[in-house]
Amino acid sequence: MTTLESGHVSYELKRATRPKPTPHIRRRIRPRDFGRTDLLLLIASLISALATTWILFAQLTLLSGPFGFLVVCAAIFLLYYWTSNALTNGRRVASDRLVGALVAIGSLAMFTPLVLLVGFIFVKGVGLLSLHLFTATQKGVPEICLPHLPCPKPGVFHAILGTLEQIAVTVILGVPAALLTAIYLNEAPGKFASTVRVMVTAMSGVPAILAGAFIYAFWIVSFHRGFSGFAGALSLAVILIPTVTRGSEEVLRIVPKDLREASTALGAPQWRTVFQVVLPTARSGLVTSILLGIAVALGETAPLLLTIFGNTGTNPNVMSGPQSALPLLVYTLVKSPRQTDINLAYAAALVLFLMIFLIFIAARVLASDWLSKKIRNARNRRAPDLTPINALTVEDLL
Amino acid sequence: MTEIREDLRVLSAKTQGGDQGFERAGELVAEGVCAWFGARLVLEDVNLIMERSRVTALIGPSGCGKSTFLRTLNRMHETIPGAALAGTVDLDGDDIYSPNRRASEVRQSIGMVFQRPNPFPAMSIFDNVLAGLRFTKTKVADKGALVQWSLERAGLWNETKNRLHDLGGALSGGQQQRLCIARALAVKPKILLMDEPCSALDPASTLRIEETIREIAEEVTVVIVTHNMQQAQRVSDACAFFLAAENQPGRIVESGRTSDLFERPNDPRTADYVHGRFG
Repeated sequence: MTTLESGHVSYELKRATRPKPTPHIRRRIRPRDFGRTDLLLLIASLISALATTWILFAQLTLLSGPFGFLVVCAAIFLLYYWTSNALTNGRRVASDRLVGALVAIGSLAMFTPLVLLVGFIFVKGVGLLSLHLFTATQKGVPEICLPHLPCPKPGVFHAILGTLEQIAVTVILGVPAALLTAIYLNEAPGKFASTVRVMVTAMSGVPAILAGAFIYAFWIVSFHRGFSGFAGALSLAVILIPTVTRGSEEVLRIVPKDLREASTALGAPQWRTVFQVVLPTARSGLVTSILLGIAVALGETAPLLLTIFGNTGTNPNVMSGPQSALPLLVYTLVKSPRQTDINLAYAAALVLFLMIFLIFIAARVLASDWLSKKIRNARNRRAPDLTPINALTVEDLL
Repeated sequence: MTEIREDLRVLSAKTQGGDQGFERAGELVAEGVCAWFGARLVLEDVNLIMERSRVTALIGPSGCGKSTFLRTLNRMHETIPGAALAGTVDLDGDDIYSPNRRASEVRQSIGMVFQRPNPFPAMSIFDNVLAGLRFTKTKVADKGALVQWSLERAGLWNETKNRLHDLGGALSGGQQQRLCIARALAVKPKILLMDEPCSALDPASTLRIEETIREIAEEVTVVIVTHNMQQAQRVSDACAFFLAAENQPGRIVESGRTSDLFERPNDPRTADYVHGRFG
């Protein structure tokens, strides 16, 4: 025992007295690092490019205009950036940085108009939002406000209601048709699959006004149905169906073949394989493609021109009588010479924009894994109670 | 002893609402099976008896028609466009290809496990096990018990009992394959077909699945395709050696008890193959 202990101590001593190995300083190599020098190079190239462009525009030539300035500046910047990098880091790094800068400039060029578009509508419309806007209609609003006469402010309630009703009918009519078509094309392709696919592709290229003209000629004129929200929904469905069909077909195509085999081998008939395996697996992608279709239909104006006619008051009946809709309202009012009308158009445009935004968020949440994960975790916590007592089989006892 | 076990099984089936335990294992007899893809004959005149409660291994080099033969045994072959076949396959004396038998019903009693694990990614582990019953609208009194029974049989219960409602895709490869076995067992098949079930797995998972095969063999007849000679020796009672000469359809060269095939093969080609001299 003693010897053991003494041995132990001596070992500890030995370890303590042993000279510590000199800590090795390892230089870490990160080939893709963007260091301080690189940042300085970037800033320097940017400033030099701005300065050169300014000299070029203001001092040397008669060039002018912000757009030209930006284009020339970008070109000069790329030249400086490449040269300075080539001198400091070598040509390989320089060309890598050049392509990186090109991609950044390209995405900036694409992103700016988008931000400007959304920002423009937002800035123009946000000051006009009020509760009144959402509750009032255009009915009884006089052309010119005369003194001593009531002069109510207009609202867009009728258009919001019209749009919601029309889109609801469009979704009810169009989404099942589109999904079934996608299933036919991808899951059970028959003799006519290729014909149907060509038709769907052709339909997605049909100008929107033709969809309206078709419903006008077919439904309103031939069937003597008159203008209605339903006719509008029919024409919107013509727009929605090809969009959703093509999107869904792409999504269904990437569901692994293995899963279809697995469920077939378990004895599932084909329709159960489709509805219980393929569609749930593709759920999130299908939701996205349906949303895209709805967003496109929500913003369409042309089909509505010839089908719902427009209405300054509220018509809650989607089946008959002219209705209003947000895009149509914007289209009509923005051409008006009166400032109040133009303001209302911007407010309506913002409302339409917010509506699309809300629908997107709601659907994303519904389709997200976040929600189903919550449910699964709750079930896991509950699971032990479900465990049966009689699960011990008799074979285990033998 | 067997009688006692039978009696007890009946008893247990009664006390547990008939949910637990297999139906009787089945016997498959293939006679004169030929298979085509389009105009190409890939399998010719295969005759094989897959005995009740035994593990039959189908061995042979790639492209000799083992998997195709396996897929004719539960009518999965016909799901491939352009596929055709000849001959008969009898399950307990009834032809599975007889015109008044539904393919989906045949596949319920002859289950299948594939080469690559393919659990349903949108379903939880629990729902994956019960998927076959949902597809076939089979009513179960105690779902929890059936899930536990199936997962225990597949050797996956202890790892998953606290996370039954996690997605099936969250498991490791070996666990996913055992989940697929549990899923196939939950519908109480008479036969279980396995198409290289371990080829995508590591040695530990392979061992675990081989144990599972041995455990269930008593109650369900197993037919397994494998490229691994040692595996065939470890798990199977009977063996069939398939071979296809160049541009020729695959045929059975030799079949019989595994020990005979490996130790006293009749055909020199079998001897060469099982001793690793080709293939």
